[in-house]
Amino acid sequence: MTTDVVPGIVAVVLVSLATLVIGTWGLRISRTTSDFFVASRTVRPRLNASAIGGEYLSAASFLGVAGLLLTFGAEMLWYPVGWTAGYLVLLVLVAAPLRRSGAYTLPDFAEARLGSRGVRKLCSVLVVGIGWLYLLPQFQGAGVTLRSTIGAPEWSGSLVVAVVVLASVSPGGMRSITFVQAFQYWLKLTALLIPVFVLLAVWLADGAADPTASAPASWSVPLAAPGGGIGLYTTYSLIVATFLGTMGLPHVVVRFYTNPDGRAARRTTLAVLALLGIFYVLPPVYAALGRIYAPGLVAGRSDVLVLELPNLMVGGAVGAVLTGLVTAGAFAAFLSTSSGLTIAVAGVLSQDVTGRRWGSFRLGGVAAFRVAAAIAVVVPLLMSLPAQDVAVARTVGLAFAVTASTFAPLLMLGIWWRGLTPAGAVAGLLVGGLGSGFAVAWTLATSPAAGWASALLGQPAAWSVPASFLTMVAVSRLTRASVPAHAGRFMVRLHTPEVVELKR
Amino acid sequence: MSDQPPPRVRVTGPPRRRAHAVRSAGTREIDAETALGEVFMRSLLREQLFLALRVLAALAATVGMLPLLFHLFPSLGDERVGQMPLAWLLLGVLTYPWLVVLGWFYIRRSEDHERDFADLVGSLDEAGPEDPR
Repeated sequence: MTTDVVPGIVAVVLVSLATLVIGTWGLRISRTTSDFFVASRTVRPRLNASAIGGEYLSAASFLGVAGLLLTFGAEMLWYPVGWTAGYLVLLVLVAAPLRRSGAYTLPDFAEARLGSRGVRKLCSVLVVGIGWLYLLPQFQGAGVTLRSTIGAPEWSGSLVVAVVVLASVSPGGMRSITFVQAFQYWLKLTALLIPVFVLLAVWLADGAADPTASAPASWSVPLAAPGGGIGLYTTYSLIVATFLGTMGLPHVVVRFYTNPDGRAARRTTLAVLALLGIFYVLPPVYAALGRIYAPGLVAGRSDVLVLELPNLMVGGAVGAVLTGLVTAGAFAAFLSTSSGLTIAVAGVLSQDVTGRRWGSFRLGGVAAFRVAAAIAVVVPLLMSLPAQDVAVARTVGLAFAVTASTFAPLLMLGIWWRGLTPAGAVAGLLVGGLGSGFAVAWTLATSPAAGWASALLGQPAAWSVPASFLTMVAVSRLTRASVPAHAGRFMVRLHTPEVVELKR
Repeated sequence: MSDQPPPRVRVTGPPRRRAHAVRSAGTREIDAETALGEVFMRSLLREQLFLALRVLAALAATVGMLPLLFHLFPSLGDERVGQMPLAWLLLGVLTYPWLVVLGWFYIRRSEDHERDFADLVGSLDEAGPEDPR
């Protein structure tokens, strides 16, 4: 498989070049700090939805889902379903008010809503932590991809992604990255869709064998192993984490501020739902075909299924072209998600760290952003170099559990309940963040075991989300006197349509 | 060395469309945070929240019920539609259009609510500020 390295190299070079060219082209129209951070809030829903889709479909979606489905079957369908349904929850509870809040990052929202610097700082720490937790699997996935397609050492893939991301993000900021990411959504979709047609044709020509013939019965049951009460708990906990976690992802939230108004934010979200639905129909096809044609990948190297299946099924020149195509798609997945996360983390770092006065020295807005971007990339890159073997989709799933236990309650209560107080928000963030964070650290550090304790820590959302919610409500009730004076005014800003002229 | 960064400012682009702005007695009530303005705001919030909860309930009653159904009736795992196991068809394909339908329904209704709100706040003008009813 590694004998034919040409398509892989060509694909990686082309995608990197296209990313840099589109990024540089965007630079010409990127002038102000506002362009830099929020593309001056003029991105139309369709372009914005492609950009969100491009940013959101990470290595976990492109490689991880198909691999997990191949090994574990229907229970893993909850990942793509949850990642899509998360946008429906975001649409009905958060999208328009979040845009109307006029804040740029989650810490901005928290500070504007609660009028408290303490809450802001806590949110900044959480954004950076979640961003790094999410960047880590992207860099690791890039290493796996380059090793599989061109036999390069793992660190080189991580390094290429880091350099290209930094080169495309630093000059043009949000405006140029919007075009880059919209391009990358369509690239990723094409890269999965065209091979599917060819592979299905081959499958039909071969007599349309039954993929479930060689699979265990649990392959057709959408419940987590080992079934029973623990399986039910794990499945529902994953549903809670993914359905609620999406709204708190820092790189997704930042995109909402680039909409012109609340109405456009809603339409963007609906378009994202459709784009994700189209994309996520494809990985299961790879998984089903993999059961027939790639039984050797079922145990162990399932993450490379999408990359190797075309060669296993077709071979020859067509197989090489298709391999190049899926490699390009995978690389686009790393680049776009990493870029989005880098922008989000750098946005927070540049406001709260690099943009501050250090002695008599203070960086300007754009320079501070560039320094912050470098920090945002280098830290997770160093973390990813001691290559550990954690399944890509698993790490990403844990990041969702943390956002669902921290930012989801903050956003939902902050938007719909006037009674939220700074003390309540801090207490809830700490309970949810420390609870889920401990569970994540425990799961990453130890090997998986059977039993309830392992299930509760491996999939914490079902208890950590309610705990965070209840803490926020209870502590806010106890500190009722400190409800921000402008809470009512802020509700007006969040919920009234823009056509009605009000003091906001 | 000052520890406090400058206060946050809102960064906005130039307004693109200011389609027929409503400036009326109703908006003054809300701006002044009178009891009447409060009623307007509470009713808007309640309607939008109930709409959101209805959509989420529909999601929970359909997609959210699947794990429980497969848990209670394990024989569903053997069901097939053509060559496809039932679970793969439901979760791998049919869920996505259903999500889009729910989202589309939500957008229609929430924009209706906002239009009603704009009309309500605007209609106070005709009644005159002395008689806000």
